[in-house]
Amino acid sequence: MNAPTYNFAYLDEQTKRMIRRAILKAIAIPGYQVPFASREMPMPYGWGTGGVQVTAAILGPKDVLKVIDQGSDDTTNAISIRKFFAKTAGVETTTSTDAATVIQTRHRIPEAPLRAGQVLVYQVPIPEPLRFLEPRETETRRMHALAEYGLMHVKLYEDIARFGHIATSYAYPVKVNARYVMDPSPTPKFDNPKMDNCPALQLFGAGREKRIYAIPPYTSVVSLDFEDHPFTRYKFDAPCALCGAEDSYLDEIVTDNKGSRMFVCSDTDYCEGRQAAGHRGTESVAPHKEAAHG
Amino acid sequence: MVEVTGPSDQPLLVADGLTKSYGRLAACRDVSFALYPGEVLAIVGESGSGKSTLLQMLSAQLAPSGGRVSYRMRDGVLRDLAQLGEAERRFLFRTDWGYVHQDPAQGLRMAVSAGANVGERLMAVGWNNYGRIRQTASSWLERVEIDIARIDDAPRTYSGGMRQRLQIARNLVTEPRLVFMDEPTGGLDVSVQARLLDLMRSLVNELGLAAIVVTHDLAVARLLSHRVMVMKEGRVIETGLTDQVLDDPREPYTQLLVSSILPP
Repeated sequence: MNAPTYNFAYLDEQTKRMIRRAILKAIAIPGYQVPFASREMPMPYGWGTGGVQVTAAILGPKDVLKVIDQGSDDTTNAISIRKFFAKTAGVETTTSTDAATVIQTRHRIPEAPLRAGQVLVYQVPIPEPLRFLEPRETETRRMHALAEYGLMHVKLYEDIARFGHIATSYAYPVKVNARYVMDPSPTPKFDNPKMDNCPALQLFGAGREKRIYAIPPYTSVVSLDFEDHPFTRYKFDAPCALCGAEDSYLDEIVTDNKGSRMFVCSDTDYCEGRQAAGHRGTESVAPHKEAAHG
Repeated sequence: MVEVTGPSDQPLLVADGLTKSYGRLAACRDVSFALYPGEVLAIVGESGSGKSTLLQMLSAQLAPSGGRVSYRMRDGVLRDLAQLGEAERRFLFRTDWGYVHQDPAQGLRMAVSAGANVGERLMAVGWNNYGRIRQTASSWLERVEIDIARIDDAPRTYSGGMRQRLQIARNLVTEPRLVFMDEPTGGLDVSVQARLLDLMRSLVNELGLAAIVVTHDLAVARLLSHRVMVMKEGRVIETGLTDQVLDDPREPYTQLLVSSILPP
């Protein structure tokens, strides 16, 4: 095979150095968006070019990489990014949260608790939490600099006025280290509490918007709310149909053309792990057989 | 009719030799005055006479080429605005000051509800209780005569007069001591203007606000202000009590201005 030979992890060393500098600055100022010279990557914007550049910059030969997309290890985006690094860096890949040292994610934080030494890399589409309220970049930067975050509450106020509760269910704004308000990328707000005081390092890369930001290990991350409308985690009223978990984030899966549906863990690794440990849900008796629905 | 009320022996805002020039063009030349608490000052003059430039300098949005503006902070200390840090200046702007734009779209967030527009300043100073914010917002809407049922509608669905009243409510919610108004009745029809002026006059009296109103409409000056400054080509050519200036103008230009209004 005459495959082209890449530098380790695709990017050249100078580019990785530039990205690492941005990452170091981001870690030094938790929640602050550091501009960086984002490169063209061999994938379209919106598919994780920011996350891939961050991963490429921090990956070492001994790292074990896991990539998830909406919690799942086996969707197109996750598989192709995993293959990309298997090919360009030759690193070991895994689907196990526990075995991974670097986890690149789109939308979800794994259900299994992260530990010190792991790095969680988020793919971020729009890093600016104030963007849809204040279109001027010069103004949002000034607002961050002066910590003028009243506008963020205007958004939450609008939610309550319109829906009776804070209806923002993903990209829910958080305050990092009691200073910067940050958009946690489109993770469901279910995952927000996991960011708080997390032992793992969390890095956020936005390729199109050319920004990197970070939450260092053991940093306080507080979801914004009102005294009389406190932050609540999304609650599901059913357990996972495959593993019976009651504390995980569920995906709704339509199973036929008659509107039948089942709810299963979005984190496939977590769900498989529980099933292997003997946990069962309502539909897990014969997972490969088409279940008969009413 | 004019009487300055309250303990107003110390000026709230002092302008001293304010000048703004763009190259050889002097937009504003050597303007000095003092504004006392509870006093309403109208700045009148034709387009291009430097009224708006002056207002922008007074509200610290534009740095003067010469001279300075001092403001008495809530702690009673008179401070030079140019010496304030940006954070302090912006804080002043959204707490102790109000700024009513001629075009409400500039002063409002057109896409968020009226309630949030009024509540924004409260949230910016750290109010964190939805119920209280909403209650305060609705009492202000009531005060500016906007139907409470429309509290959740965005101002883009409002009429021109309602937008202007909403803008006033949004500015007054933090109980500022000084409000800047740039042609507040511009672009409104006469009956709506009259209602708005009436409202502004009662609010100013009730709250003991000091205000600086820029207008080319002498009727607005007559109704709202205690004192008038007439500007022409960047200079103040005449200043005095409103009735005195408008009924017995001294300068030929002011006489021309006054005589150009149709008699009622």
